[in-house]
Amino acid sequence: MNYDRILIRYGEISTKGRNRNKFIDKLKKSVRIALAPFPKVKIEASRDRMYVLLNGENGIEIIGKLKNIFGIQSYSPAIKVEKDVEALKQASYELVSSQFKEGQTFKITAKRSDKTFELNTDGINQTIGAHLLKNIPGMKVDVRNPDINLRVEVRPDAIYLSSETIQGAGGLPIGSSGKAMLMLSGGIDSPVAGYLSMKRGVEIEAVHFFSPPFTSERSKEKVIDLSKKLAGIFGSLTLHIVHFTDIQQSIREQVPENYSMTSTRRMMLRITDEIRKKQEGLAIITGESLGQVASQTLESMYAINEVTNTPILRPLISMDKTDIIKIAEEIDTLDISIRPFEDCCTIFVPSSPKTKPKREKVNQYESYFDFEPLIQEAVQEVETLVIKPDSEHRSEFNELF
Amino acid sequence: MIYFDNSATTKPYKEVLDSFVTVSSEYFGNPSSLHSMGGQAEKLLSQAREQVAGLLKVMANEIYFTSGGTESNNIAIKGAALLNRHKGRHLITSSVEHASVRAAMEQLEQEGFEITRLPVDKYGRISVEDLEKAIRKDTILISIMQVNNEVGTIQPIEEIGSILKKYPSILFHVDAVQSVGKVPLSLYKNNVDLCSLSGHKFHGLKGTGVLFIREGARLTPLFSGGNQERRMRSGTENVAGFVAMAKALRMTMMKSDAGIAELGKIQHLLRKNLTKIEDIQIHTPVQHAAPHILNFSLRGIKSEVFIHALEQNGIFVSTTSACSSKKKSPSNTLLAMGVPESLAESAIRISLSFDNTEAEALKVLSIIEKTVNQLRKVMK
Repeated sequence: MNYDRILIRYGEISTKGRNRNKFIDKLKKSVRIALAPFPKVKIEASRDRMYVLLNGENGIEIIGKLKNIFGIQSYSPAIKVEKDVEALKQASYELVSSQFKEGQTFKITAKRSDKTFELNTDGINQTIGAHLLKNIPGMKVDVRNPDINLRVEVRPDAIYLSSETIQGAGGLPIGSSGKAMLMLSGGIDSPVAGYLSMKRGVEIEAVHFFSPPFTSERSKEKVIDLSKKLAGIFGSLTLHIVHFTDIQQSIREQVPENYSMTSTRRMMLRITDEIRKKQEGLAIITGESLGQVASQTLESMYAINEVTNTPILRPLISMDKTDIIKIAEEIDTLDISIRPFEDCCTIFVPSSPKTKPKREKVNQYESYFDFEPLIQEAVQEVETLVIKPDSEHRSEFNELF
Repeated sequence: MIYFDNSATTKPYKEVLDSFVTVSSEYFGNPSSLHSMGGQAEKLLSQAREQVAGLLKVMANEIYFTSGGTESNNIAIKGAALLNRHKGRHLITSSVEHASVRAAMEQLEQEGFEITRLPVDKYGRISVEDLEKAIRKDTILISIMQVNNEVGTIQPIEEIGSILKKYPSILFHVDAVQSVGKVPLSLYKNNVDLCSLSGHKFHGLKGTGVLFIREGARLTPLFSGGNQERRMRSGTENVAGFVAMAKALRMTMMKSDAGIAELGKIQHLLRKNLTKIEDIQIHTPVQHAAPHILNFSLRGIKSEVFIHALEQNGIFVSTTSACSSKKKSPSNTLLAMGVPESLAESAIRISLSFDNTEAEALKVLSIIEKTVNQLRKVMK
């Protein structure tokens, strides 16, 4: 039996009241981006369901793609049937008999949102159930633990039949929660923080600090590769690369070594905040996890966070490293993150950074030098790339392959 | 010139050579170097890996680049045996494998491993029942080729794969060197853990190959050194060769569907007309055979004589496998199939590529007929 559509059930969107249309639009956009390789597919969105009409495209591959889209609660490959009892009987038989294997059990779950249909839910259960039992020898009913659960949904336009429900990724459609800047270092944590924020509907733009010659081209490549992975979720990702060498050198000259790390983080945050303003973002996301390193103690965060009152989202704040690594593996960023190149966080690490820096102290050290012009310059000269997912990108080498 | 010896090696596609030259001259950096030239080389390498993985429908981290089929087979077999020697010391293979499998097995035998070599029927096929019966508690690896390089018989890979579902601890190695593009192979579906490919058999360059190692399967590397290829194969990567191989694989796979049908037609044409010639016996079976190989004997004429006679007319074919034809010993596969030694000594192998045509086949047929008539006069 060939499915002709996939029925998508919304996640938390259904509770979003008057913002619902905005959420549905964002989800539709996500689905369209993910299914771009299948040009014949049509997407129809209504208030409480979305349908992907296959039009002959590969249903199995499309089902795989939908798994990663945020905002989908669950989905089912389905068949559309006209609202006619005989047609319903026939289609139910074809669908169930194509799946049935000797000794299996079934049940029917009927839903009727169109109350004008001639059969009520009990009527559907009995009529279709009897039809199937009569025509498929050896099949039995089991309403508690069936092998095949035939869902019959009678809706105003038609009846939809499906027999399989696949769990979606959950979360909220990307973009439905607004935009934020992700501080992307190249390590294991920040891509995971970006991913989790996207799952809650945040559209992200990444900011990376690049300090040649202290950090290499290869570490920049690494960040671009990580961005490609994140771009795969929503079709593209904007990456801002900040040239940070001058500021880092000034900090080395102006701030005592044990405070240089604190000061560096403050400058990065100030620059990110400036870029956020320009890009009209509403928050900054970091991969900080409480107590993981010297800059991620509460005292450090207190001293660093002083430079802005923009909300800073720290999705990993209470997570253990092992759990973060698990997610990094799932989203396929771990192998890239562990490539052995120096990044902006590992270079210039003082031998004993302050784990309990004081606001007054760091303010005093920074007061002897005016960082503002350097910060403005770095913001002016930021290099902005729009990163596409892996398959679409590598144009420079494509003719070699 | 008509080149009908594509199981020995194929002509590299021009586009493949172009890639090799460009990468060798413009991106010659060492992928392990920290500078940007190293970075570019590394990118090329990983794009090659992803492309090969995509074409084989597996994950990029399951693709390991090697120097060719022989090396892939050696790493797979010896690497699996060395790592698992404490679990067991019994390996199963067939009696018609390529020399690189056969000799690797012999070497392991000398090291104290036990080898079961499954016999084949008159069509060159092993029996799945024999294989299942041969499995023991201490069996650690089964190595079976997909397509025999001498006669073209296809082994029952799918059935073996489904039997091995019951034995998850046994590694399953498939030598697919002869089958790429010509006989489909689904690695995941058939529970294949290890699979060898060779670039120059599908219009890539010599010195390039692939070993697929299913995620989770582990092997002991054979080379010590800089731990390239995720420790599995030390030695500076042949980036240009692997980029060229990725391209060759893409081009081959693109031609595959139409190409297989065309090969089948040519093979049928050859078979139909060769059968008509007195004293010719065809060894390649009709069923379970690859579409590009046809092996036959001309009774009473040593294969070497026949080959040189054809060569004078610009036609290039082989005796048996290129590797064993220099040793002047009759084909192992044919002997295992029960072909008498005298007939095996007259074996000729025609092997086709997607670039061969029916017109070429017709020309070869007429020259074979002519040659047979001439040789008969001399030999009788």
